[in-house]
Amino acid sequence: MPVVGITGFGVYVPRRRLCRKTVAEAQSWLAPGLRSIGTGERTIAGWDEDTITMAVEACRNCLGPGDDRSRVGAVLFASTTPVFIDRLNAGVVAAALTLDEAISAGDLSGSRRAGASALLQALDSGSVARRSTLVVASERRKARAASSQELTYGDGAVCIEVGAQNVIARMLGRHTLTVDFVDRFRSAGAEYEYHWEERWAREEGYGVFVPKVIQAVLRDAQLSPEQIDKIILPCPFKGLAATLVQQAGLSRERVMDDHAGTCGDLGAANALFQLAAQLELAKPGERILVVDFGQGCEAFVLEMTADVVRFQPARSFADQLTQGVTERNYLRYLTARDLVDWEKGPKAEKDTRTSLSVLYRNRDMILGFVGGRHRQTGEVQFPATRIAVGDERGEVDTLDPYRLADRTGTVLSWSADRMALTPDPPNYYGMITFAEGGRLMMDFTDILDGEVKPGMEMRMVFRIKEIDAARDYTRYFWKATPVDERY
Amino acid sequence: MASGIRDKVVILGAGCSRFGERWDCGAEDLLIESFTEALSDAGIEKRDIDAAWFAHHDDMTGMGKGGAPLSVALRLPNIAVTRVENFCAGGSEALRGAAYAVASGAADIALAIGVEKLKDVGFGGLPPRYPGSLTPLWAPSGSNAGNFAQLASAYCAKHRIAPTELKRAMAHVSVKSHDNGLKNPKAHLRRKITLDQAMSAGMIAEPLGLFDCCGVSDGSAAAIVTTPQIAKSLGKTDMVSIKAMQVSVSNGFEAQGNGWDGSYFHTARVAAKKAYNEAGILDPAKQIDFMEVHDCFSITELVTMEDLFISQEGRAYRDVLDGRFDAGGENPCQIDGGLKCFGHPIGASGLRMLYEMYLQLLGRAEERQLRTPATGLTHNLGGEPAMNVCSINILGLLNG
Repeated sequence: MPVVGITGFGVYVPRRRLCRKTVAEAQSWLAPGLRSIGTGERTIAGWDEDTITMAVEACRNCLGPGDDRSRVGAVLFASTTPVFIDRLNAGVVAAALTLDEAISAGDLSGSRRAGASALLQALDSGSVARRSTLVVASERRKARAASSQELTYGDGAVCIEVGAQNVIARMLGRHTLTVDFVDRFRSAGAEYEYHWEERWAREEGYGVFVPKVIQAVLRDAQLSPEQIDKIILPCPFKGLAATLVQQAGLSRERVMDDHAGTCGDLGAANALFQLAAQLELAKPGERILVVDFGQGCEAFVLEMTADVVRFQPARSFADQLTQGVTERNYLRYLTARDLVDWEKGPKAEKDTRTSLSVLYRNRDMILGFVGGRHRQTGEVQFPATRIAVGDERGEVDTLDPYRLADRTGTVLSWSADRMALTPDPPNYYGMITFAEGGRLMMDFTDILDGEVKPGMEMRMVFRIKEIDAARDYTRYFWKATPVDERY
Repeated sequence: MASGIRDKVVILGAGCSRFGERWDCGAEDLLIESFTEALSDAGIEKRDIDAAWFAHHDDMTGMGKGGAPLSVALRLPNIAVTRVENFCAGGSEALRGAAYAVASGAADIALAIGVEKLKDVGFGGLPPRYPGSLTPLWAPSGSNAGNFAQLASAYCAKHRIAPTELKRAMAHVSVKSHDNGLKNPKAHLRRKITLDQAMSAGMIAEPLGLFDCCGVSDGSAAAIVTTPQIAKSLGKTDMVSIKAMQVSVSNGFEAQGNGWDGSYFHTARVAAKKAYNEAGILDPAKQIDFMEVHDCFSITELVTMEDLFISQEGRAYRDVLDGRFDAGGENPCQIDGGLKCFGHPIGASGLRMLYEMYLQLLGRAEERQLRTPATGLTHNLGGEPAMNVCSINILGLLNG
């Protein structure tokens, strides 16, 4: 029986970070209590990012740029803010990653511990012995203006690959408690959560379940408390995690920073997000305890193998953390998030209905960003067409599929357009010419004013193309964004 | 190669409505305005027209599909009416259909007419476009302004010109057209602007400001064409003749191939070469006396001077600043005010350009009349720099 464990990881940290002080100051007349939590930053997804797009980016950081992804046999998508209730979110992620059709896929939701639950399901599954499973957790929660959640929540995603080849961390033990403890809830169709008193959640929830599950997981792993090197215990109450692990006999110094001050609470993605951040720094032999709270608790212990130092995600958590741009315009955040009823003008009346049959026929092109490469000349083009661009001989079907998602290009021409409808004007777009051939007039995203120049190097990211508000449908495509050297 | 239709077709009559925000008019009224003038100018009856080509573009504010809306509006005598649509080059396409019908002998007299009623959309700007079901899934969420603005970034990069220098030349393009439009009673925008105003106006799509963009207007224009022999038999002596008529359409080379640099119009160069060949023009800068080009944006007009081989490549911005295309320059351009002052009622624009050719060549352009022009050129463009339709017509006096 091959050893199954974690074989890779990657996170996605949105580039924009909301300055909490800005919000606390803007709202202090209404909610003076916000000042006490008005320090640091939280990650905020752009208007064109949701749990699917962030999941795709996390998976890309885990998988790397290679075209061959045949080793992946399953995708598990975990979120309490999935984009679709009836359309497999994991299926959209798989299509964007150009994974095989012959894979399994599933969505998990229902609790803020859904990410940890998905990882344990993958580790339990016998099928990972043959092909790996991408466990991807992603969260983008909506919080009312002037609520404490507006400051404490964060957006982001994490992907953990589980398999039997090149295992970097194996599981030593696990324990799960499932208790219908309702410190908060959000019913189907509701936009916002409802919360019960924090003191009760702290004492009767975390205070009871966490020590209990830690004792049980140590027993399962046959480990004593001092054999745990690092503890991941996401907890919204400052200092509580340290107190609780100490009660369970562990050292409070071994509780890792949960990045609440820089990223915020990523909900169902948080535990795995923190785990990935630690895996980046882990040493062989290290043991990490992960505890995730939500209608009970998930707990598991991982032990790093010698290979842990050999894996590096395409874009590391550490790099992404330092590549943020601070948002100090609270109204821009509220507008991009559609938290104010802003005037979109007559352009918003344009119908953006998507033909689902057209999308299906062109799913590789639209979701996977697959163009074509001429078998004889090697010329790359997008979209792929049955008659190649430049054909003079009347030949048909001369192109092979060619992925552009992981190719970089440069700006040939561009504009910043104030006529285009976007929640974040102006809309930047232009002609990108790819380094290895091919070109496309495409939207840009995550642009700073004044930074676009002809010749600038760009990489591709999976984003929301348009939201069809009349039908509650999100359309996706790829956009160009400057490569990271600009920071 | 086909020999073309040089001097096989002449303009028997032409008409043009007043362009502008015609709140009092529907498309039918605008059609009647241009048609009545053209018919009277031609000196014929409605029943003398054998066939009609009708340019009309917009679905939202338009008259509907097919040829019937024209036939009903003008009560044409059950003749063939073909509706044509080829982006913003529809007006020139209508003329092409009518001219080819006459040149082939299929019709003795044919009508080309175009109209657009854009100002019923309810906001400033063009009505929304629906470019099929697949393209919107990937094409950028942009506008015409943003697409054409990119010419400027690519032109500056290619020719190593400071963006402020190009912006100054673009402003000159617009100032010149406003100077010309002031003298045209049929133009929409009739007021002078200054270089400073043009340079400092609010940004629409970088680097295009408000005065780099043409207006949005209602309007119609018409031409009645026939053979020189028939025109003569109808008593015409001075005749404006079609010397060349060429259209070039993108096939993806610009947008999908790997050879285009984004700073010019590939189709315009193809069509211009063919048109000069058809018209027997060897030195366009010397032989083209005046031009009406598709100045949807100032930068379009500027790069078009190179695409038409009037300016040397990389020199158009200097020629603009030197006043070469001003009313008193070597190659006056947009002597009627252009799209800049007429606005761009899509189906009408190509025929509006022809109308100015006709007036100027016959010496009927009144206050803005150029001194004895013999040959003029219209350039009517549709689409965007990366994917477009370009129509180039050369007009001149018969036997001129």
